[in-house]
Amino acid sequence: MENIQTSRRDFLKAAGFTSLGLAVGISGFTKDASLKKIAPAVLKLEINPFIIIDTAGNITLVNPRPDMGQGSTQAVPSLLAEELEVSLEKVLIVQSDGMGKYGSQTSGGSSSVRELWMPIRKAGAAAREMLTTTAAKRWNLPAAECMAEDGKIWHKASGKSLSYGELADDASKLEIPKEPKLKEPKDFKIIGKYNKRLDVPERVTGKAVYGLDVDVPGMVYAAIVHSPMIHGKVASIDDSDTKKVKGVLRVMKTERTMPHRASEAVAVVATNWWAALKGKRALKVSWDNGNYAKTVDTAGYFAATYEAAKKEGVNFEEKGDFAVKYANAKDKLESHYETPFLAHAPIEPENAVVHVKDDGNVEIWAPIQGPDWALRDVCGYLKVKPEQVKINVTLLGGAFGRKAYHDFLLEACHISKELKKPVKVIWTREDDITQGPYRPGMLSHMQGFVEDGKITGFHHHAIGESIVGQVFKGLKDDEADPWLSEEISTGNNKYQFGTASKVSWTNVKTDIPVVWWRSVYASNFGWGQECFVDELAHLAKKDPLKARLEILPDERFKKVLETLAEKANWNEKLPEGSGRGIAVFKSFGSISACCITVSKKDSGVKIDKVVSVIDCGYYVNPDNVKAQTEGNIVMGITAAIKDGITFTNGICDQTNYHQFNVMRMNEAPPMEIHIVDSGAVPGGVGEPGLPPIAPALGNAIFAATGKRLRKLPFDINNIA
Amino acid sequence: MAVYNLSLNGKKVKVDVEPDMPLLWVIRDFADLKGTKFGCGMALCGACTIHLNGQPARACQTPVSSVGKNDKITTIEGIGEGKLSIIQKAWIEEQVPQCGYCQSGQIMSAAALLKSNPTPTDADIDVAMSGNLCRCGTYDRIRKAIHRASDEMKVAEKGIGQR
Repeated sequence: MENIQTSRRDFLKAAGFTSLGLAVGISGFTKDASLKKIAPAVLKLEINPFIIIDTAGNITLVNPRPDMGQGSTQAVPSLLAEELEVSLEKVLIVQSDGMGKYGSQTSGGSSSVRELWMPIRKAGAAAREMLTTTAAKRWNLPAAECMAEDGKIWHKASGKSLSYGELADDASKLEIPKEPKLKEPKDFKIIGKYNKRLDVPERVTGKAVYGLDVDVPGMVYAAIVHSPMIHGKVASIDDSDTKKVKGVLRVMKTERTMPHRASEAVAVVATNWWAALKGKRALKVSWDNGNYAKTVDTAGYFAATYEAAKKEGVNFEEKGDFAVKYANAKDKLESHYETPFLAHAPIEPENAVVHVKDDGNVEIWAPIQGPDWALRDVCGYLKVKPEQVKINVTLLGGAFGRKAYHDFLLEACHISKELKKPVKVIWTREDDITQGPYRPGMLSHMQGFVEDGKITGFHHHAIGESIVGQVFKGLKDDEADPWLSEEISTGNNKYQFGTASKVSWTNVKTDIPVVWWRSVYASNFGWGQECFVDELAHLAKKDPLKARLEILPDERFKKVLETLAEKANWNEKLPEGSGRGIAVFKSFGSISACCITVSKKDSGVKIDKVVSVIDCGYYVNPDNVKAQTEGNIVMGITAAIKDGITFTNGICDQTNYHQFNVMRMNEAPPMEIHIVDSGAVPGGVGEPGLPPIAPALGNAIFAATGKRLRKLPFDINNIA
Repeated sequence: MAVYNLSLNGKKVKVDVEPDMPLLWVIRDFADLKGTKFGCGMALCGACTIHLNGQPARACQTPVSSVGKNDKITTIEGIGEGKLSIIQKAWIEEQVPQCGYCQSGQIMSAAALLKSNPTPTDADIDVAMSGNLCRCGTYDRIRKAIHRASDEMKVAEKGIGQR
């Protein structure tokens, strides 16, 4: 989609503005993005993100990153408030609607601060300069004698000041400075400081509006009967019992459109969702399931991954001739590490309200991670133009990657188009768990060797379904998945294996739908990499921390590991039956390491403590970095010791939280988070804490019990 | 369909719904109080936790027909009686919520706990709160917030001012 042009008046109206003022934005989110100007008249706009200061002094930021709990509603405005010299509560946030002028708008890849760090600060600094220049002119004083503070431009010597609102109109007539002077980090008042998130109160009073909470006049509700084998076709529908349910309006065939293929489904439409759900339960649909009992199956899939491990994969990278060196090595190991398919299972299930109107215009209210992607998908699906679509992004009740996959949204589009009414589709928890898409299950085939007490040879053969391949149809058979570069490549995770190293890939395909899940492949391959490093360290008769430090010359990795060792008392002796394990992993631009302490308890182990360290470069709010890392600890341990997703003969074996258990309060271990202040460019925060969790736990269990676990999930109460 | 007179957050509410409709959907879609959430429909996640006569109950498993007109229903909107409760304030102090979707249920469970046991131990918290899932993983902060609220309640009761 090209730049969608709209008038400033329309935008101001949409953002709830009536007065004119100064608007500053940036085209594109590249480092050298040039700042453009909006004059205070009706203009064509091609800039983003929008920052508007009106003549009343209100400051509005169009936030291009939906909030799913990661804190973008604080992080993004903080970048602006810092440079603009206003307090955080002065910035009103409007969620972007997907239009191209706002650029990339998807919360994913831990990208909010990473991508917006420079553009938003630059926009704030440019506005500050323009306001300062305007005030100086009005006073007939040199700009150097004027400064911005607390929403005003001050002339300190005389003590006079002008508010931003008083200056906005005149300031908007100036050229936007291309390279405004950014604040020095030492002068930061907001960035890097503890600040309460301003939208927490609405999240403890029930006032926050999630997708599920949207009501639109004239709205009807739909529950969907999905294909139990995901891709089966509807053979017959018996709706006689459904039609007896009071409130049911209609039973209709619909479709579930995934990015790579569509499947058939049946919708029960009713005056309320309980009636729709009862109608769904009463509906008898028989399905033509083709061969899906074989192809939608996890045991068969994993068997194929182990077969693939016997053969050479496609090289992603290789240094030295690994196969030859490995064949000749004396002290070597070979292991297989397995990770299961996982559901995201956000507590707010998938839902969307869509109104396809008689005139072809479409309005959407939905908890989606990226209105830009959603707009593209909706336009493609309904064959409408972007300007015909209005997307209202609500808060997301958890997402973890799931709500950037728009099957549920397109279902609502399909049903509303048919009914020409606003329709609210709500998936049941069973839909969420049994239908996917899932984190793909993966196999890591590991080979490595040690020489002179040092790990010098390492091969990670990553095997499984490719997200790039399945979702985007973007992977050739002779190509290694390019996403490995942000994960297990030695360019990313900076182990230096002296003799030979190799990262290879084999794509084992499946009809089970897959998608990114918090930290993507790093959540799979961190397990193999970091447990196997531990195995090799023991083979080398080295302390696992020392063994890592020997082959990690990178200063930031070193500092993270040394901080972890200190904070977790790595060198302090533990009683018999207890053990510590460590792991380190870089993903999404941040390095995170974890130390878990366990002790034997009955036939299993108990997690006594989790200490995580993260170096995410510059960050906005240390408390939010900690909160996200706490979340990653819980989700990472859940992924290690709670249920995976399995399919038997085409059917998902788990249906709800009693079979797809996630960690509960009584299981959450004590945890401690430490941040390394490296002052590096910002890395991600929402995901990088997760990959080291499972391997740290596996390595701790080995240390405590001598038992090496290689397959996730495992039963922590029964370490056989 | 049948008419039910309910006592919801101290107000009389009349609804005309099917007898088997869970209180969750009555509260959300007929009384228009959206703070009580749907998560699983099987009393497994606790997102729909309300108080029924002061006791925590799962609204998704409570048919409207099982609730009498004198039964007092309290939801997250009614917990502070118009202002922030000590518990909600503690939640803000500890910056508990991430996405926040489960937190209505968490707070309702915590409120019931603190009412029956104003000084809960960690073990008490484990028992009372284990029915409430948080996929964002805010458990550590929920625990701290409950202890904080417990302390604040002691202070409030003894009238010795801010701690």
